[in-house]
Amino acid sequence: MNTIVVCVKQVPATNDVKIDPVTKNLVRESVEGIMNPYDKNAVEEAVRIKERTGCNVIALSMGPPQYKESLREAIAMGCDDAILLSSRALGGADTLATAYTLSKGIEKIGGADLILFGRHAVDADTGQVGPITAEFLGLPQATFVTRLELEDDGWLTADRLSPAGAETVRVKLPAVVTVTGEINTPRYAVPIRIMKAARRDILVYNEQDLGCDPERIGIKGSRTVVTSVFTPPKPDRGTVMIEGSAEEAARRVAGILSDAGVL
Amino acid sequence: MFVEFSTEQKMVQKMVREFAEKEVAPLNQEMDREGFPHKLFDKMKENGFLGIHFPEKYKGGDGDAVTSALTIYELAKASASVALALDAHWLAADTILAHGSEEQKQKYLARAATDTIFAFSLTEPCAGSDAAGIQTVAEQSGDGYVLNGTKAWCTNGGVSGVYVILAKTDKTKGAKGISAFIVEESNPGLKVGKKEDKMGMRGSQTTELILDDCKVGHDALLGREGDGFKIAMMALDGARISIGAIGAGLSETALKVSKEYAAQRQAFGGPIANLQAIQFKIAEMAIGIEAIKLMTFDVARMKAAGMRHTKEAAMVKVFAGDHSVKCALEAIQIHGGYGYSREYLPELLLRDAKLLQIGEGATEVLLMLIGRTELATK
Repeated sequence: MNTIVVCVKQVPATNDVKIDPVTKNLVRESVEGIMNPYDKNAVEEAVRIKERTGCNVIALSMGPPQYKESLREAIAMGCDDAILLSSRALGGADTLATAYTLSKGIEKIGGADLILFGRHAVDADTGQVGPITAEFLGLPQATFVTRLELEDDGWLTADRLSPAGAETVRVKLPAVVTVTGEINTPRYAVPIRIMKAARRDILVYNEQDLGCDPERIGIKGSRTVVTSVFTPPKPDRGTVMIEGSAEEAARRVAGILSDAGVL
Repeated sequence: MFVEFSTEQKMVQKMVREFAEKEVAPLNQEMDREGFPHKLFDKMKENGFLGIHFPEKYKGGDGDAVTSALTIYELAKASASVALALDAHWLAADTILAHGSEEQKQKYLARAATDTIFAFSLTEPCAGSDAAGIQTVAEQSGDGYVLNGTKAWCTNGGVSGVYVILAKTDKTKGAKGISAFIVEESNPGLKVGKKEDKMGMRGSQTTELILDDCKVGHDALLGREGDGFKIAMMALDGARISIGAIGAGLSETALKVSKEYAAQRQAFGGPIANLQAIQFKIAEMAIGIEAIKLMTFDVARMKAAGMRHTKEAAMVKVFAGDHSVKCALEAIQIHGGYGYSREYLPELLLRDAKLLQIGEGATEVLLMLIGRTELATK
């Protein structure tokens, strides 16, 4: 294991997310940003592997300049270096254009033995960027991973969550892995590491540095368009308060369930 | 509040806030019942809290007075007791940082930054605000000093590994006859006495200290003989900034729980937050909190810049103490009967807040200090 790239996204610290009424994109400027919680798990896993193997860990992100905050946090947690992919042309990207750009960033770094993502970002909730990046790079992938073990023979074993239950897979490195919150408990960055990380310059690449195809980045490269954003109405759960003795209430409940075809 | 903090300060603040929300806040009411949270402090040690503003060469976090104030503020939102215990640790360790010889710094600061809680002890059963009136003595003996006397109200007493203790080396000289000594917990002449059964701040431990022929070497003297009073007063200037930060954090929690309760408590056909009487209370709380924060971080900046800040730190402490008590009382009032119950937070906030008007310089003494300083300035 020589190099791990761990991809991180900065998300709004609040659930009260503002949406730009014109572009339908998230308004990120005025809201305090935090590192996506699952990406923190990915950083923690990368740093734990580094502590065992001595490999190099690079944190990678795409976004506006304020995303440097989360990259610095990744350094404070133990990453060796951080790179931000940022320019106006890269803005407004959907998951496809984002994954394309990240894959170009990973190629620019010179590739990696392991590329880690959080299972999904808590602001947009798609969970697509990791898997699409793997496709762009032509690498195998394991998603929703709850435990990860590196084998001596250049493979890794991963326990993953799937709709059918838990399963264990083996993946040949280099590979892309997306991790869940169960995989570990992220450490707190200690103050001295924070101080050093805060004083670090973060390397920034734009689309020209990466040699991106201009048709495949930002809004131009996006195949999905958000046409409207709304808060869904609260579903009417049809709560019925049943009064009377336990026996009467039980009879009523049985009747309701029977009418609904449940019993 | 719009005060621009540095990237370093904001990053530390964010980490401390996350730690406080996850690790400290859930224990606040438990600490009130069970006392000093040893396991929590172990976690704080592991995560570098104890030496946040010490230089890196002493294994510190290389922060400044503003970083420390932000740390205390975020911790105090979750537990004023924990913030106070850390403040008391710094009160002692900062005397070594500011006045210790290089040998003393090497010997003690790395411990203070990583694994040992420190305590500062000036107050005695019959001398608190009148610090020059202490009775504990340190007499020269062949190879050092012998300390005798009884200390009171020592925050972190019994949980500390190192104590900074003030004693008279010359009884004829009043304040100028006081010296400061570093005493190890393992010293057979140092005994931890009665644990105080306090009204609030029960998550921080406060005890008597008994010095019974407590022998220390010459290398235990901090600064020179007679420097003790000056050392103590300078350290208290810094600690008063911490009290401002505790007041800001505690008051903000009082405001937060009050807003949440006012939004959900129904009366007269709607939430009580719709009533002007409640809105006025919320507004008064918020205005004062804004003022405490502005004052606290301003004085912290003065300290970080090496400026004298005795009067300003006293002002912060008086204002933060009074406003914290007010906020806690208003939180109780807004909660009505529930505010009077131990199941809810406001009564704990009130018991904690009251200490801020007493400890580390009682309000009345600080008002005299501020008044005299103002009158001496044309």
